[in-house]
Amino acid sequence: MALPEGIVAVVKAECATCVLVTPVLRQLRQAGVPLTVYTQDDPGFPEGLDPIHDEDLSVSYHHEIETVPTLMHIVDGEEVDRTIGWLRPAWESLTGIEGLGPDLPEQRPGCGSLSVDPDLVDELRVRFGASVLRSRRVEIAALEDEVEALFDRGWTDGLPVVAPTEARVLRMLTGTPRPPDDVVAVVPPDLVECTVEKVAVNAVMAGAKPEYLPVILAALEAACTDEFNMHGVLATTMPVGPVMIVNGPIRKAIGMNSGGNVLGQGNRANLTIGRALQLIIRNVGGGKPGGVDRAAHGNPGKLSFCFAEDEESSPWESLAVERGFDPDVSTVTLFPGEGPRCVVDQLAREPEPLCRTFAACLRTVQHPKLPLGFDAILVIGPEHARVFKEAGWSKQRVKDEIMSNLELSGTDIVRGAGGMAEGIPEHLKDVTLPKFRPGGLLIVHAGGGAGLFSAIIGGWANGETGSQPTTRLIR
Amino acid sequence: MTIVLDPTGEQIPAERALRQRPASIEGRTIGLLDISKPRGNIFLDRLQQRLEAAGARVERFKKPTFTKPAPVDLRHEIATKCDLVIEALAD
Repeated sequence: MALPEGIVAVVKAECATCVLVTPVLRQLRQAGVPLTVYTQDDPGFPEGLDPIHDEDLSVSYHHEIETVPTLMHIVDGEEVDRTIGWLRPAWESLTGIEGLGPDLPEQRPGCGSLSVDPDLVDELRVRFGASVLRSRRVEIAALEDEVEALFDRGWTDGLPVVAPTEARVLRMLTGTPRPPDDVVAVVPPDLVECTVEKVAVNAVMAGAKPEYLPVILAALEAACTDEFNMHGVLATTMPVGPVMIVNGPIRKAIGMNSGGNVLGQGNRANLTIGRALQLIIRNVGGGKPGGVDRAAHGNPGKLSFCFAEDEESSPWESLAVERGFDPDVSTVTLFPGEGPRCVVDQLAREPEPLCRTFAACLRTVQHPKLPLGFDAILVIGPEHARVFKEAGWSKQRVKDEIMSNLELSGTDIVRGAGGMAEGIPEHLKDVTLPKFRPGGLLIVHAGGGAGLFSAIIGGWANGETGSQPTTRLIR
Repeated sequence: MTIVLDPTGEQIPAERALRQRPASIEGRTIGLLDISKPRGNIFLDRLQQRLEAAGARVERFKKPTFTKPAPVDLRHEIATKCDLVIEALAD
């Protein structure tokens, strides 16, 4: 939609600055400047200047008018200059006419354009922008209950979802500069190409806000890699799902929780980011319980399990920094995890005994007699971390100390030992094996400020044939 | 009316697929639902005769009023008792 040649002004009668500059617009017209005035509200304003009524705000929307008055210089159909509000030198420079508005103050800020009015912008986005959306439109009849209709179509995870209307999806898409038709990942189990748009649709349904979208996109990228192996994590009979740990500045920017009840309910960002990924796997990938999801028990975290690391009060470098990322960037790390369990040691005052507590509890991940096969995350709470801080221990030293207590003697963990059938094969009974493979114990600092507790999140089959913790940059 | 965007990979149609048609109605229990429109019962009486002649068993049901959906209990009763259902609309 090209603008007329010459000078173009966009105004609205409701704006005092637009009223103020009316004599200046007349002055331009009298000086013979080719001037076109668009008015957003009153079709007769400004009087005597033959304004064009931008009634549907299409001119304002398509030319990204955010402030009125906006003055533009159009040459050969292209905008070559623009100024907003009233600023005499800028208006003079743009029009090439000196001595504009001699009775006016030097400058006045403009007002918000109607095309960015919060009450109108959703509708305008649908009116002018919905054609970019490729998803099939599904009509919900007036007599259908919206929430029930979405349940009936099998699109929910057992909790109600927000209806993904065009307006909501377009608003969600403002959260990323990526175009809606960009393919983010190929989503298992059906191996469907998932666009930014489909991510946005499911993010709306999960209850997310646009500013969470970059985290969801990065989490989906991480999930749909060969190393994370989302198909396996979904299809396994074990009770795991993608656990997401967010690092970097975006945690605070979008209000994620890394403190009290960090692994629990109550924070919209934590809950809806995790849920959005789960809904994408379900709806786009086609992975549902009873279908490809064959979990024997599952765990409540399969609905959503996403949290932020408390970097600010941590004595150590963050998980992301440990994994090779700069502290100034934001990342999400996916881990195939089961539900968390608590480690209590309220008498912990010295680092070595606390490491022995951690080791004793970590040993039971999946089974106390199974070494090497499963990774784990140890979420160390602030009161436990303080013990190490006061002793001056690095994160690596904590890991080394824990691992030194997790050297499992073959005779203790061989099949049949301790009266338990589970264990390592007979031919390994003379070796000593570590509970975790190198790099298989991850430490994250998070939790509330009171309570000498930590949490363990047990993993799933690790390595090439299972799933590896996977980190992606949030852009 | 609300329009929503399909959140799926769009591998299958949004509409529910029809159940496969039975090869034969012999020995099957067929429910006939009168929606309470005038003369619908006459149409259904005739249908019942023909279905029974073809070897089907027939159960008759009636909605309290054609202006509202069948009550949950009635739908449940039909689903429990019948293999097939024919719903009649007469005007």
